[in-house]
Amino acid sequence: MKKRFIYLDNASVTKVDSRVLRAMNIYHTKYYSVPTVEYGHSFGLKSRKALEQAREAIAESINANKDEIIFTSGQTESNNLAIKGFVAMNNTARVITTKIEHESILNVCKDYGNVAYLDVDREGFIKFNSLKRLQEEGAILSIQHANHEIGTVQNIKRIGRFCRKAGITFHVDATQTFMKLDIDVERMNIDLLTISPHLIHGPRGIGALYIRKGVKIKAILSGGYNEFGIRPGLENIPAIVGFRKAVEIFDKKDVSRMFKLRDRLMKNLLEIDNTKLNGPLGKDRLCNNVNISFRYVEGESMLLHLDLRGIIVTTGSSCFSTALKPSHVILGIGGRHEDAHSSVRFSLSKYNDVEDIDYTIKNVNEVVSELRKISM
Amino acid sequence: MYSKKVLKYFFHPKNVGIIKNPTVKVTEGSLACGDMVTLYLKIDKVSRKIVDIKFKSYGCAANIATMSFLTELVKGKTIESVEKLTYKMLEKELGGLPPAKTHCSLLAIKSLKSAIRLYKEKMGEIEYESIDKDFVMSRLRSVIHPAIGKDIVSSGLVAMANISDGKVNIKIRIKEKRFRRIVLEEIKERFCIPQIKKISVEFVDKDEKAKDKD
Ligand SMILES: Cc1ncc(COP(=O)(O)O)c(C=O)c1O
Repeated sequence: MKKRFIYLDNASVTKVDSRVLRAMNIYHTKYYSVPTVEYGHSFGLKSRKALEQAREAIAESINANKDEIIFTSGQTESNNLAIKGFVAMNNTARVITTKIEHESILNVCKDYGNVAYLDVDREGFIKFNSLKRLQEEGAILSIQHANHEIGTVQNIKRIGRFCRKAGITFHVDATQTFMKLDIDVERMNIDLLTISPHLIHGPRGIGALYIRKGVKIKAILSGGYNEFGIRPGLENIPAIVGFRKAVEIFDKKDVSRMFKLRDRLMKNLLEIDNTKLNGPLGKDRLCNNVNISFRYVEGESMLLHLDLRGIIVTTGSSCFSTALKPSHVILGIGGRHEDAHSSVRFSLSKYNDVEDIDYTIKNVNEVVSELRKISM
Repeated sequence: MYSKKVLKYFFHPKNVGIIKNPTVKVTEGSLACGDMVTLYLKIDKVSRKIVDIKFKSYGCAANIATMSFLTELVKGKTIESVEKLTYKMLEKELGGLPPAKTHCSLLAIKSLKSAIRLYKEKMGEIEYESIDKDFVMSRLRSVIHPAIGKDIVSSGLVAMANISDGKVNIKIRIKEKRFRRIVLEEIKERFCIPQIKKISVEFVDKDEKAKDKD
């Protein structure tokens, strides 16, 4: 059989769509000027126009105003800017979050110190009671829209409504859900929102932070007066253009296709003995995320065997992490070390098809039984 | 990136399996730490050669590869000649390991050394001053609870341990059947030395009511 190449690590980064690349290229080689002020030279105005049109299109996709979008270098920076920029203005504010966030939130919180952690249940959903208990006026709450490892989608609308009433500033890290799920900052009462195009076939190294008008955020970098003085540095126009293009070409039909493929993969893999799904089932799970622990199989061993068969995945095993730590998400939902050790994440994109999924199911079955011969 | 040799031993491991009546069997590492290995050896009393060796591993690529390579390396050799092996030698022969994976070569060497030591103890080649409670506790300190990743003594799972007339009685607090089995086997191995005539292990739930008897 011909060796296939099946990329199932789309929750880390995705393949850039060729239409996005084409749109970006023009701004690398033809209109490469710095975006000048409105009364600058005509060459710079081309860049300025591209920047403002992108800002407008991206704002529209989340029902925001164009001057509420700040471009950054990506998700990590947006998350840093949201929390650090907020507490720089209110240095007694409590930060409320969970223990299953991305490191770009967790480590910022750890450094800051004044943090309260919400409880999450075994599927990763926030326990609303703990929010009621830990709330404090003037605090900032930061949570993911959907978890990056186990795909749990939080009830943003409910939490947003609560925060608005309680006088809490609400930050949502929507890195994993941007465009895949509807996001309406008005309807959901979101004050700060991290988004980026790298998981929807746009470029990496670019992101944005939505900042609701009236929410005070201090710049965390010192420099010029770009991005309304909140984010200095030369604007990355080609990437910003690519960001806009990725948003414009996003097709909702891909989401329903991914849901079907996800469920096919999940159902078949869970038929293997001694497996356990990490995260929830159904609509409250991200459309492209499957995360399963295969008992008696260590994640890195699985990953390398699948790689040999042309399938690219990732794992929550400590053996595979640079820090040699097991997945904090799996431990955070009450999983054992062993569950993290044997967890594998498969994340899909619009480029995957049924053949990919069936090939993956077949190969995972083979690899699991091969590795269990070594361990059991 | 792993070396070619590491990948070869990982993808096509040698000596995987178990030996039915091994001369010695040891389990080292734990699931909590990420790697757990079991080593089975058949040692010839007269020639002191390792005539057969097999392993099981619930671990990463480096772990499987080093175990597989180690078993191939020592098979057919005398225990005296392999005792001097170090993790550095193992890594060198394998074309290197990423620094983060040193614990795998350490674990491989540790399992071999502890198997050899156990063999010598079984043969009565190692003298103990006294077989008392301290002795029992120190032995139990090398029995790891696989899910916790720490030994059963420092994890506070030993509810009782005493010894009289070479008979050892131990009570352990572990609930799950799966872990009871692993820990029991490990304890039996560790106490399989001539100075100890009988070993009995009782498992209890946290509330200390006796459940399974062995
Ligand atoms: C939810 C979420 N937030 C933040 C990040 C940070 O991304 P990066 O490290 O690529 O900046 C990621 C990356 O996977 C993510 O999934």
